[in-house]
Amino acid sequence: MEAVKTTAAHEIHPMENVLRMDRIPHIWCPGCGIGIAVTAFAAALEKANIDLNKVAIVSGIGCTGRVAGYVKLDSFHTTHGRAIAFATGIKVASPDMKVVVFSGDGDLIAIGGNHFIHAARRNIDMLVVCVNNFIYAMTGGQVAPTTPLAAYATTCPFGCVEPPFNIPYLADSSGAVYVARWTALHVRRLTNSFVEALNKKGLSVVEVISPCAQYYSRINRLGDGLDMMRFYHDNSEIRHGEDTKNLDIGFQQKIIMGKFVDRERPSYTDRYQDWLKQRKVGM
Amino acid sequence: MKPDPKGVLTGSHQLTGNQACAEGALSAGCRFLGVYPVEPAIEVSERFLERAKAVDDATFVQMEDEISVLAAVLGASWTGKKAMTVTSGDGLSLMMEHLGLGVMLETPCVIVDVQRVGPGLGLPNRAAQGDIMQARWGSHGDYEIVALAPSSSQEMFDHMIGAFNISERFRVPVMVMADAYLAQQKETVVIPKPEAIELYPRRYYEGKPGTYLPFKRDGDYIPRMVDIGQGYKFHVTGLTHDDRGYPVMNEECQEYNVHPLVWKIRKYVDELVDVEENGIEDAEYVVISYGTTTRAANKAVEQARSKGVKIGHLKLNIIWPFPEKRVSEIAKKIKAFIVPEINFGQIVSEVERVCYGKANVVFVVHGDKGMEDPNDILVAIESVQKETQIKDGVLEYQGA
Amino acid sequence: MNANPRDVLSGTHYIDGDVASGFGALAAGCKFIAGYPITPSTEAAEAFARVAYKGNAMFIQMEDELASVSAVVGAVWSGVKSMTITSGPGYSLMMETFGFAAMLETPMVLLNIQRGGPSTGVPTKTGQADIMQSRWGSHGDYEIIAFAPESPQELFDYTVKAFNLAERYRCPVMIMSDECVGHMTEKVVIPAADRIEIEPRRFFKGQPGQYSPFKPDDDLVPPMAKAGDGYNLYISGRAHNDQGMPYTNEEFKLRCIRRLVDKIKKNKEKIIELREENTKDAEVVVVAYGISSRVAVRGIELAREKGIKVGQLRLVTIWPFPDERIAELSQTAKAFVVPEINYGQIAFEVDRCAHGRSNVVLVPHGGAGVHNPDDICDAIEYAVKHKEPLEGVHEYKTRLERKVFEEKMRIAE
Repeated sequence: MEAVKTTAAHEIHPMENVLRMDRIPHIWCPGCGIGIAVTAFAAALEKANIDLNKVAIVSGIGCTGRVAGYVKLDSFHTTHGRAIAFATGIKVASPDMKVVVFSGDGDLIAIGGNHFIHAARRNIDMLVVCVNNFIYAMTGGQVAPTTPLAAYATTCPFGCVEPPFNIPYLADSSGAVYVARWTALHVRRLTNSFVEALNKKGLSVVEVISPCAQYYSRINRLGDGLDMMRFYHDNSEIRHGEDTKNLDIGFQQKIIMGKFVDRERPSYTDRYQDWLKQRKVGM
Repeated sequence: MKPDPKGVLTGSHQLTGNQACAEGALSAGCRFLGVYPVEPAIEVSERFLERAKAVDDATFVQMEDEISVLAAVLGASWTGKKAMTVTSGDGLSLMMEHLGLGVMLETPCVIVDVQRVGPGLGLPNRAAQGDIMQARWGSHGDYEIVALAPSSSQEMFDHMIGAFNISERFRVPVMVMADAYLAQQKETVVIPKPEAIELYPRRYYEGKPGTYLPFKRDGDYIPRMVDIGQGYKFHVTGLTHDDRGYPVMNEECQEYNVHPLVWKIRKYVDELVDVEENGIEDAEYVVISYGTTTRAANKAVEQARSKGVKIGHLKLNIIWPFPEKRVSEIAKKIKAFIVPEINFGQIVSEVERVCYGKANVVFVVHGDKGMEDPNDILVAIESVQKETQIKDGVLEYQGA
Repeated sequence: MNANPRDVLSGTHYIDGDVASGFGALAAGCKFIAGYPITPSTEAAEAFARVAYKGNAMFIQMEDELASVSAVVGAVWSGVKSMTITSGPGYSLMMETFGFAAMLETPMVLLNIQRGGPSTGVPTKTGQADIMQSRWGSHGDYEIIAFAPESPQELFDYTVKAFNLAERYRCPVMIMSDECVGHMTEKVVIPAADRIEIEPRRFFKGQPGQYSPFKPDDDLVPPMAKAGDGYNLYISGRAHNDQGMPYTNEEFKLRCIRRLVDKIKKNKEKIIELREENTKDAEVVVVAYGISSRVAVRGIELAREKGIKVGQLRLVTIWPFPDERIAELSQTAKAFVVPEINYGQIAFEVDRCAHGRSNVVLVPHGGAGVHNPDDICDAIEYAVKHKEPLEGVHEYKTRLERKVFEEKMRIAE
């Protein structure tokens, strides 16, 4: 089919060069926040002033895991929980690539938990975007390691009895150099965080609190996507630099957002190169 | 294509199997090794690290578990580097999911399995050949892989080059099934000059960014690859996908995507046969061996011949795909196959299958002993000579 | 021993296969399920999570499949019956721990609701391509038992049976179902508790200090013990002697592993379950399992209308494989036709056991759908007409294959 040529500005989507337009419409539900996270990311890619040819995006399995399929970069849709491991292989073998892992709370923190903490410990130069909707949405609404105490999900039909992970705390204590959290409502601040993280060397974690209209908010009778956004509006508070210990999220409780960690540590690849130089290896 | 001379340690050396494996990898151009420490494969990474200083761009990473190791190897392969990992028993079992991903993304890579006694933790330092069927069927879904079986330190070197070549040619993970004894024993390894080594180059797409279809296949079912970071901005996924690499969830696409994964090996089986034959022409009995048992088989065949038995030896260098045609052909002319394995019966079922009732099949079980024994093979050869007809199933005689 | 009435949701239900399996587990006396959500098996875990409290049982969703199967092994050794539920990719992740469980002779049940593969594949649609993996997926040597239920009723019945055989032979038992049967809603009759036979665990009855966890009884199966009873169990995945201690003595000749293989091999006759129809004087025997056997019924009907004498052999147990029965049938049948939703797995086993006496025609299907019965009928016709021995499994070219590759249809979502 011949491409229809047009110069009319309104014919060209503003994010056409960072989104796979041949894959739109996407699969996410009405009221889902993942699309917003992707838009913010796409905007950040343009603002961050990096060579898009040198960015690879890796995602795992789940609703957020589908992100790799919609972003126009060298993209990999890999196995459940192991996106960070796959991305580590890319980064270590090809240090001049910028690698982004874009996945969900279940994928990154449950099955992928081990790889998450190791990447932070090693300080692999990588941006990890964790879209947290407090549930396993793709598979139908099961409990996640971020589901708040007492919330309902299909595999805890009597309420969740497990205290959830506090993702910024986990990232911080494992050694991440940049940790931020925003909600899907706070698009501009989210975009800025992405830009900062993309320009930063080391393991950055940006958590995006997102509505899941189809499962989390429906099972827990919290309304639809828009209701959740209103909730974020009324119940979120910005506290930059807050001690990550204090960032737990209770069921329908206040959400503290902001940039919590922004520090310097040598990244894995930098340290490795320096090591070789110091020890005069390969010379 | 010739290898990078910096990676080729030309000369005659005394090397253990593990060391030879590392040398073979470097000669083949492997520049990424991911491992998780597991006995008896540890020395491969030690040798690789020692020798990596000689080449410009070798990378090594120890990951937090075997699952992440194979994931990292797949990622590294997409950066254009030849990548491999080495593991054993438990570790290989942990790699099964990513083996499937490697198959689906058609990523060239090499997995060396230094087999030890299993199942479970088994015995870390005793050899076995218990992962042979797992190499073929270990992951879920339909696929074909290629597996080689070295039987000496020299072959550990040679088969690594063969493995990388096959993995690039067929864009498939290739397994090298070694074992704990092979890994530890020191033997002479002759490493040729770089000019004498032939490498199969990765088949790259040569068009412009924007025109690349990651899974559009050439006539031989193999799609062309690209490296990350060249502006192609391609997408690949483990979901069933079309030529663009995008997921399509229906049975037509499943047929379109998965059948070629199987065909690309099955239809080129003739290219992938690698056997060594000795005395088959007039044989009445043939010993089939692979890997470590070859040594005991050699001895047993020699001794049997000296007693006047018309016996030949078929050594399999490539075990998967199984050389069906050749074994079937031989079956028609002989009375029995004798198959020694250090397990409780794995390749012997394949031999049984492709005999189609034309010859007896004797299994010489070494799974109990955990090591090969030429006497057991001799007992089997003597016992099967007494058989007067072809029997169903696999025959087993009491050991020596 | 009969089931406990509080565990049994007696009555007539209209439920899907996944849920039926969850109810079956409860009825069998399963007290612990650890699972991880994976399409298309999740409903089984959810069903058990809903009803577990009735039987004083526990459900926990673990962080991944490895953790799930590890938790199950732990639960079994603490004294309870336990099961996990998964599909393709999760099954692959479980291979290491499953091998560990096999080595420890741990009675447990693994439900695999197969989907299109390999890798992530087609999560929401059916497949039967993990069959060989269920036999050979872990490293080393061992034997397993595997069932292939073809209906929600069978998913209930054979989940109960799986627990029974697991206890009897002290080994992991697989239930290899598929998405079609798992998501199919049909009538499931759950009988009264006193009509359900369950096998209790065979516990050692002697004193602490006298127990050897791996010392077999005459049927090659050792009695079990559990943590907390004072036996000071040492359980390790290493090759071991009867006491469970890792040994290095040549004398032992890895007896423990040989027994893993023998205890199933030597009890094969008691384990294998087949359903045969019209195989006695059949020219062609259709060998099928799971959903394919139901589709095959239609294919056979069409072939019979053409006058061909076709029989069906349905594998209710796939492993151990019925070598002897296939060998017997190969004496009278001209050919076997094997429709399976994969590119050849059980077909190779049939080929092996036919010993060159009958041809074997595979009717493949990649997955994400079931066979077209016309293809099965055509393959039967081909098998009957083809007189010369075909060496090797002949892959029949289905309509789908022709549509996709010869007519070059456009692949689209």
